[in-house]
Amino acid sequence: MTIETLFALAACALIGIGIYGLIAQPHPLRKLIAFNIMGSGVFVLFGALAKRGASAGLAADPVPQALLITAIVVAFAATAVTVALLVRLIEVSGTASLSEPAPCPDRRDQ
Amino acid sequence: MTADAWTATAGGSLLAAIVLLPFVGMLVGLLLGGRWLYRVALGTMPLGLFLTLVIAARWADAKTSFVYLLGNWAPPLGIALRADGAAVAMLVAVAAIVCAIGLFARADFALKPGTQEARSSFAYWLLLLAIWGALNLVFVSGDLFTLYVALELLTFAGVPLVCLAGTSETLRAALRYMLFALFGSVLYLLGAVMLYGGYGTLDIPLLASAVRPDSMARIALALMTAGLLAKTALFPLHLWLPPAHGGAPAAASAVLSALVIKGSWFLILRLWFDVMPGVVTLPAAQLLAGLGASAIVVGSVVALRQERLKLLVAYSTVAQIGYLFLLFPLAFEGGKLIHGPAMHAGILQAISHATAKAGMFMAAGLVYAGLGHDRLVDLAGAARALPITILAFAISGLALMGVVPSGAYLSKKILLEAAEQSGQWWWTAVLQGGATFTAGYLVLVVGSALRQPVAPLSEVKPVSNLSQWAALALAVSSLVIAFVAIGMENTDLIKNPIAPDELGTTLAVLLGGAVLTLGLARFSLLSEPPESPLRRLTMVPGAILEQFDRWVRRWSSATLLLILLTAAFVGLMRVGTTV
Repeated sequence: MTIETLFALAACALIGIGIYGLIAQPHPLRKLIAFNIMGSGVFVLFGALAKRGASAGLAADPVPQALLITAIVVAFAATAVTVALLVRLIEVSGTASLSEPAPCPDRRDQ
Repeated sequence: MTADAWTATAGGSLLAAIVLLPFVGMLVGLLLGGRWLYRVALGTMPLGLFLTLVIAARWADAKTSFVYLLGNWAPPLGIALRADGAAVAMLVAVAAIVCAIGLFARADFALKPGTQEARSSFAYWLLLLAIWGALNLVFVSGDLFTLYVALELLTFAGVPLVCLAGTSETLRAALRYMLFALFGSVLYLLGAVMLYGGYGTLDIPLLASAVRPDSMARIALALMTAGLLAKTALFPLHLWLPPAHGGAPAAASAVLSALVIKGSWFLILRLWFDVMPGVVTLPAAQLLAGLGASAIVVGSVVALRQERLKLLVAYSTVAQIGYLFLLFPLAFEGGKLIHGPAMHAGILQAISHATAKAGMFMAAGLVYAGLGHDRLVDLAGAARALPITILAFAISGLALMGVVPSGAYLSKKILLEAAEQSGQWWWTAVLQGGATFTAGYLVLVVGSALRQPVAPLSEVKPVSNLSQWAALALAVSSLVIAFVAIGMENTDLIKNPIAPDELGTTLAVLLGGAVLTLGLARFSLLSEPPESPLRRLTMVPGAILEQFDRWVRRWSSATLLLILLTAAFVGLMRVGTTV
């Protein structure tokens, strides 16, 4: 087994864990972490592909690395926005539940 | 695409300008802030519209795609911006709609003299410009990774618009939207990574010439399509749309419903038509359109059962998204997807839906602002109090229904012709029947607004005239859009709107809609007792579909369906191939 195959298998495992978490975990923060695990799986896969694609005599294909950095920044921004939303939700409603709330009397209509 | 998609063409820098302009406006507005912000925003919009019109004029002259190479680096190493006819049409339409939405939002979000700057108004203008810039980037991007970044920008700008009001319901809706969209985008990225691994490039023309119908390409395309469907909120992946679009302020809902979902839809179009026309198969396209047809039925029936106007309009968006996917099986010729009339019809449908739906959300928002509520039961007398608003709603509804000469009409005609030529009669039935559902909620709303109120309406707040006229202008432009599009398609498709057979069709559709409304709506337009046995019987299918919709919109069902759909697409792309 080459090192690239090992990385690809690890990537599959991470993506699988991430998908499971996104489907099964009810808490939004856990969903967000699952998204990050799944994203890391994709990044590992991309890195492994960069190594494999370097048949032109280079140490590694540089394009995936450039794209990866952008993708990581995007995932970081996504995480930050989601955490901000979640913190605000907890501040306003006192709960982090995503399910539709039972109607309460002091609810503002819009 | 031109024969050579990798050399910069004259006028290519206009593409860079139209992408940069909204972001420049956003940064300048951010720096100046306060009362300057909306002035900068409203100043940027006509400038952008002018720029897109210049692009359109030059495109009409040359009839070839524009190409712009960033930093003069050619793909595969560099990044190219490209605009074909579809992209140019969308650029112009989006710029025009953004202008109208900006005028509409002035009443709600422009800072009045002597008031403190509110966070919501500050955020609104910045996010509106960001959405516009991100959409322009989606239309002109020439490679799949830039498209990913553009799509994420679109989501990041769209999500905060949902929760401008800052209440717990809207925050919850925004969070659901964000998490589901993130799931979709990571699936898209996974597909893009696999394509790079297989073919060593993400540039669209390079990829299109290299891609072969092997399992790698199939799985990548299925992942990307499913991820984008989650962002577009095609049934059954629409869990986030009704609370998000129904809860946001009207000026934000109009942007979200008219424009944001079109970004990911356009990307699906790009993938299927430009990147992998040889990989997609007719069965996969049938599944896509089948989901569209179920969206029309479920979305429309649930819309008819809503009690609040804004939620009704949000569910009608769920239904209208379905129409945008009917073109896929009709664009096949000889077993391959081709750039033909069906694809043009799809673009036309998207543009006319965007204009009409923006107008409709604006009208719904004005009704809420005027009456202080948007409960359908208590809408009686609204037509007398807010005549222009209700007129705008009615005209947008007619345009969505596909009355001559609306864009929806022309695109329906083209699709019907394609369905007839390819012998797919079942899509004829969907296309014809869908209009009846649209007529249903049009009759429900306008009928309620036209009723005599029991007690005269006491407190109707005055609403901004500018906002009313902006809504009306969008509605009317959607109704007459066919005249603009006529240059591109067969001119004999447009008929006189008051010719006997056309008038007959319109009346029949409206009548069908009225029957549907009487049968399905939660309250009755006529004052018959609600407990009559016939009515109890007709309520049953609606109630069942509503329960079904509630089940589909649960997080676990929706995410599982997303995975299942991915698998189904992989399977169906294998079925159709002869190898």
